[in-house]
Amino acid sequence: MGSFFTSAVLVATIASGLRLAIPYLLAGLGETVGQRSGVLNLGVDGVMQLSAFFAYWTVLETGSLWLGVGAGLAVGTVMGLVYGVITVTLGATQGISGIGIFLFGLGFSDLIFRRRVGTPKPIKQLPEVEVPLLSDIPWVGEALFRQTLFGYLAFASVPVVALMLKHTTFGMNIRAVGENPQAADSLGISVGRTRYLAILIGNVMAGLAGTALVLELGIFQQNLTQGLGFIAVALVYFGAWRAPGVMVGALLYGLVNATVLQWKAQGIIPREASDLASMAPAVLTILALVVLAGRVSPPAALTRPFSRH
Amino acid sequence: MRRLVGGLVPLGAALVAFAFGALMLLAVGASPWDGLTALVSGAFGSGDRLIATAVKATPLLLVGAGITISFRASVVNIGGEGQIVMGALLATSLALGVPDLPAILLVPLVLMAGAVGGGLWGAVPGALKAYAGVNEILSTVMLNLVAVQFMNYLLRGPLIDPLELETGTRIPQTQRLSDNAALPALVPGTRLHLGVLVAVLAAFAVWVLLWRTPLGFRLRAVGHNPDAARAAGIPVRRSVVTALGLSGSLSGLAGAILVFGSEGQRMATDGSAAGFTGSAGFNGIVTALFGGLHPLWTIPSSYLFGGLLTGATNLQRQLQIPSALAIALNGLVVIFVVSSGRFQARIDRFVDGRRNLGTALADDGEPLAPAEAEVDSRG
Repeated sequence: MGSFFTSAVLVATIASGLRLAIPYLLAGLGETVGQRSGVLNLGVDGVMQLSAFFAYWTVLETGSLWLGVGAGLAVGTVMGLVYGVITVTLGATQGISGIGIFLFGLGFSDLIFRRRVGTPKPIKQLPEVEVPLLSDIPWVGEALFRQTLFGYLAFASVPVVALMLKHTTFGMNIRAVGENPQAADSLGISVGRTRYLAILIGNVMAGLAGTALVLELGIFQQNLTQGLGFIAVALVYFGAWRAPGVMVGALLYGLVNATVLQWKAQGIIPREASDLASMAPAVLTILALVVLAGRVSPPAALTRPFSRH
Repeated sequence: MRRLVGGLVPLGAALVAFAFGALMLLAVGASPWDGLTALVSGAFGSGDRLIATAVKATPLLLVGAGITISFRASVVNIGGEGQIVMGALLATSLALGVPDLPAILLVPLVLMAGAVGGGLWGAVPGALKAYAGVNEILSTVMLNLVAVQFMNYLLRGPLIDPLELETGTRIPQTQRLSDNAALPALVPGTRLHLGVLVAVLAAFAVWVLLWRTPLGFRLRAVGHNPDAARAAGIPVRRSVVTALGLSGSLSGLAGAILVFGSEGQRMATDGSAAGFTGSAGFNGIVTALFGGLHPLWTIPSSYLFGGLLTGATNLQRQLQIPSALAIALNGLVVIFVVSSGRFQARIDRFVDGRRNLGTALADDGEPLAPAEAEVDSRG
């Protein structure tokens, strides 16, 4: 019975790792699209917190998960337009304006939360959707095919983003303005419009990531993301600006987090050391950055505002 | 005249940010006018409030002054949070280790320990950038996360106040630290402590360092044009480590001051990311930007943002507006300042410098071929 118990735990850990990977994956894929167009958005974490709050609040007030998702999407769209104005139209420095977005998201979501909601109240969570037949496969089915809609959406987005970037005109435009905006411009590609759209995709996906996170947890609190959005930005470097690479990174994070949680729950890690174990994702990111630095190169025009003059 | 107009740009940006602040107040159902009154009177309304503002401004000023060093050398330091924490932890450990040293020794020692702790934590991303080519924006953010978890571990475990364990309340904080390490009051009977003066002196020291010493010249040369700097024999890699190390040491000093200038005379957190720092590592960036990335202008700037923080606590007390408003406002100020023209031009020069620095570091010490150098200078 012991071995069965172990494999059950393993399956549960993998399933929870997949679930935990979802916000990383959604935000990281969106950020990949933005960065391929040459725009770094360090404000992902702030956008996630804003969308998480508004999705939470909407569900709390209306009881409708769908309206909550709509609210999260709306926040992502608005923040995308705002970030487009800041970085494309006004050509502001991207790293620092992203920190501005982060601080705004952190403060504003907390402000309205405390003022309008006050004490954290739980909301209903997203139901799991079982894929017929596949979910009945022992172990594998349980781990892979009993996800929330966000899970399927996130993993389905990987090939979509990869193919979009590689094979569509829009994707090629994105890569062109990210590598050499001058040349793209001379070929008649609108650098501004392409970057706006890429930023919009990035922010909407960050909005989805925040929504997915809050609907998974079923509750909102101050600084809900705990730096998750920053790690998602790092995952783009980790994944060498490619969707499958970002997915590998997101899965790694999800699994590491799930393992840490599992070990904590089983008492393998003593309670006192659980904070030390929580350092794992950030330490892992730094190590990955060290290993990858110099081996992969970012889009050539990353963080460069474009102007014809 | 142009200087004067240029100086109005950040003020204009701040006004726009505050207009948005008024909208936020309306959004949460409060009167903007009452809000503004409570904010201003809370920040500058009385002697006590002014002192509270000066105390709040102190970590912002130190972090901000540190940021001006790294910016001048074309490196970004978003690691203030972590550097504050590590400085505070080292200073706290020292005070726990040798509590009986006389104040005349212990006070300077804990301040130095803070600077060393923050400096080492800042030098790490510096070295990673200089010798491994790791983007320091990402590494400093990650090191923030690491430092906060490390602090949570220490304050809940090895360093926790034994009393917290006895009573079972388990608040993550140290025991009351040696009174010999307490920062003496500048005006007896008030909260205005030595740290406030130290921070202002540090800002002047940064100005002297950057513009009156060979080291400062080297750092600025690296920031301005790393290829030319290297051609002139300046060690570019080491300068990057130095810039982030110095920047971190000022944040670490802020950490020590947060501990030994606190009323409880202990290091305490609430388990959240900003529980100990109060987000000073991020707000210091806002302060430095608003001060035009100049250490001396960062002084008035820090008092303005310190005032925003003390004003916000008053807002909370009088109108029950959560002080998170101040964080959101800071975010808006950053956005509007970097979006406005004068700063853009200045920061553009910095960004160009940073790009050149990246190329120069990747170049492994070899002089650039002329054609390559030309491509770089087009920026």
